[in-house]
Amino acid sequence: MDATNNEVRSLRFDSYDSGEHLKNAAKQARARNYQDFLIVDVDAHHYESEHYRDVFGYIDSPVLRRNALESFSRGGRANFLGGQVGYQDISGRITRHWLRKNEKTPDDKHRDITTTLRWMDAMGVDYACLFPTPMLFLGMHPQPEIESALAQAYNRWLCERILNEEKRIISMLYLPFNDPEAAYQTVKEFGGRKGVVGFMVTAPRYKPVHDNAYMKTYRLIEEMGLPISFHAAYSWGDQALQLTNRFIGVHALGFMWFNMVHMTNWVVNGLPERFPKLKVMWIESGLTWAYSLMQRLDHSYMMRTSDCPSLKRKPSEYMQEMFYSSQPMEVPDDPSILEATFKMIKAETQLVWSSDYPHWDFDLPGVIYDLPFLKEQAKRNILGGNAARLFNLPPQPVKTIPDYD
Amino acid sequence: MPEIFVAKAGDITDGDRRIVRTPKGEIGVFNHKGAFHAYANNCVHSGGPACEGILVNKVVDIIADDKTYQGQTFSDVMHFVCPWHGYEFDIETGICAGNSKLKIKKFETVVRGGDLYLVA
Repeated sequence: MDATNNEVRSLRFDSYDSGEHLKNAAKQARARNYQDFLIVDVDAHHYESEHYRDVFGYIDSPVLRRNALESFSRGGRANFLGGQVGYQDISGRITRHWLRKNEKTPDDKHRDITTTLRWMDAMGVDYACLFPTPMLFLGMHPQPEIESALAQAYNRWLCERILNEEKRIISMLYLPFNDPEAAYQTVKEFGGRKGVVGFMVTAPRYKPVHDNAYMKTYRLIEEMGLPISFHAAYSWGDQALQLTNRFIGVHALGFMWFNMVHMTNWVVNGLPERFPKLKVMWIESGLTWAYSLMQRLDHSYMMRTSDCPSLKRKPSEYMQEMFYSSQPMEVPDDPSILEATFKMIKAETQLVWSSDYPHWDFDLPGVIYDLPFLKEQAKRNILGGNAARLFNLPPQPVKTIPDYD
Repeated sequence: MPEIFVAKAGDITDGDRRIVRTPKGEIGVFNHKGAFHAYANNCVHSGGPACEGILVNKVVDIIADDKTYQGQTFSDVMHFVCPWHGYEFDIETGICAGNSKLKIKKFETVVRGGDLYLVA
């Protein structure tokens, strides 16, 4: 966008700035005094596929490394990592997805650090937990060894090139969950690295979380005092979801479905009793699924305690001790409905705000800050305090909100 | 109401627009088929720059007389789309495509002596 003078400007669709795109968000941030308190985004993204050539260089196996690099150079055709059907950018309506290639960044800093800090400052975010984008679907890859190879390469690349260089960007690293031993080795290798605040399992996959093969990994993460998180995504290859014929359908259901299955297995198999100090977070499923599942599991549990004899309390009581990222937060017209959801999940201590930026359905901090039923301290807990305690982050704000006026 | 000069009316062609900074905030001025329409550059959803996105015709399902689905097409209704999240608004009315109760704030325009003014 180009200002032709101080008052009237034309639009240009050949330039882009991650901060300026959010100039209205910066105005909101200033109006709400976000500079006075900490805001932590527990779920933000970059497009690691733009750096695949670098990332693939970190693959240990010379054969898989060559396969990956050759696949990358072919572009467009059948590729090493597989793909996912979808049109998240609403067929070009979300302009940042196609404008961002025009963004200018300085040479002395990694491009993803520059662009991430630009949008973080504009939104009023102090720390952002960065996740990949296409790799969210990697759990459906038919070859576990490729998931493991890419996870290891990406985690090494992310630690070296991003997390080591910028303290405001943190991450819960990708666990190659389809190979339990590789997942365990990932925790051992990266558990103490700078900026690593936990580990993340991408939810679309067909491995049950209660498999005995994962117990030593859960125990190790628990001993480290770090959270394990499950990041939702959809799979249009799932047989049930193949019944949907529009993206809105597969997205609305898919982003809840896999986390609902994993949560159910996690609770009824008594994992909260086996790992009572393990912090568990559920990412990008919104909130209504938890509200619903708590009630459904509690109702059945009272009649079927024999199905889950490890439990000493109702399922909802365990779920109320877990953490939930907020986005995409459902906002019903009647705020009392949302208030009931907040009460059900004990939002004041268990809800952690997330933007999901730059994805199509991102949320601003205002989705929490503007809620009529929350007190100021509750807003600050959800926007940053809860995550700061979970990730052991310093409580002082460090951002600089730009002024685009 | 004060009038703010925007441009020579002939300089903003069909499908073109300008963003005007005013004491009431930014306002987008569109030329759609020779008529000018002005709206707050502030989306009713989460405050995005609603006038800075693409223009695209409304999508409609084609339902035959026997109620079978026959595909989709574009209608003649033009939408401007908030680039943050994709909220769509009728360029002639400012009414939100997803909820007719939501309407983006509309401003008057005046063409006088070949000059386009915004009333804001």
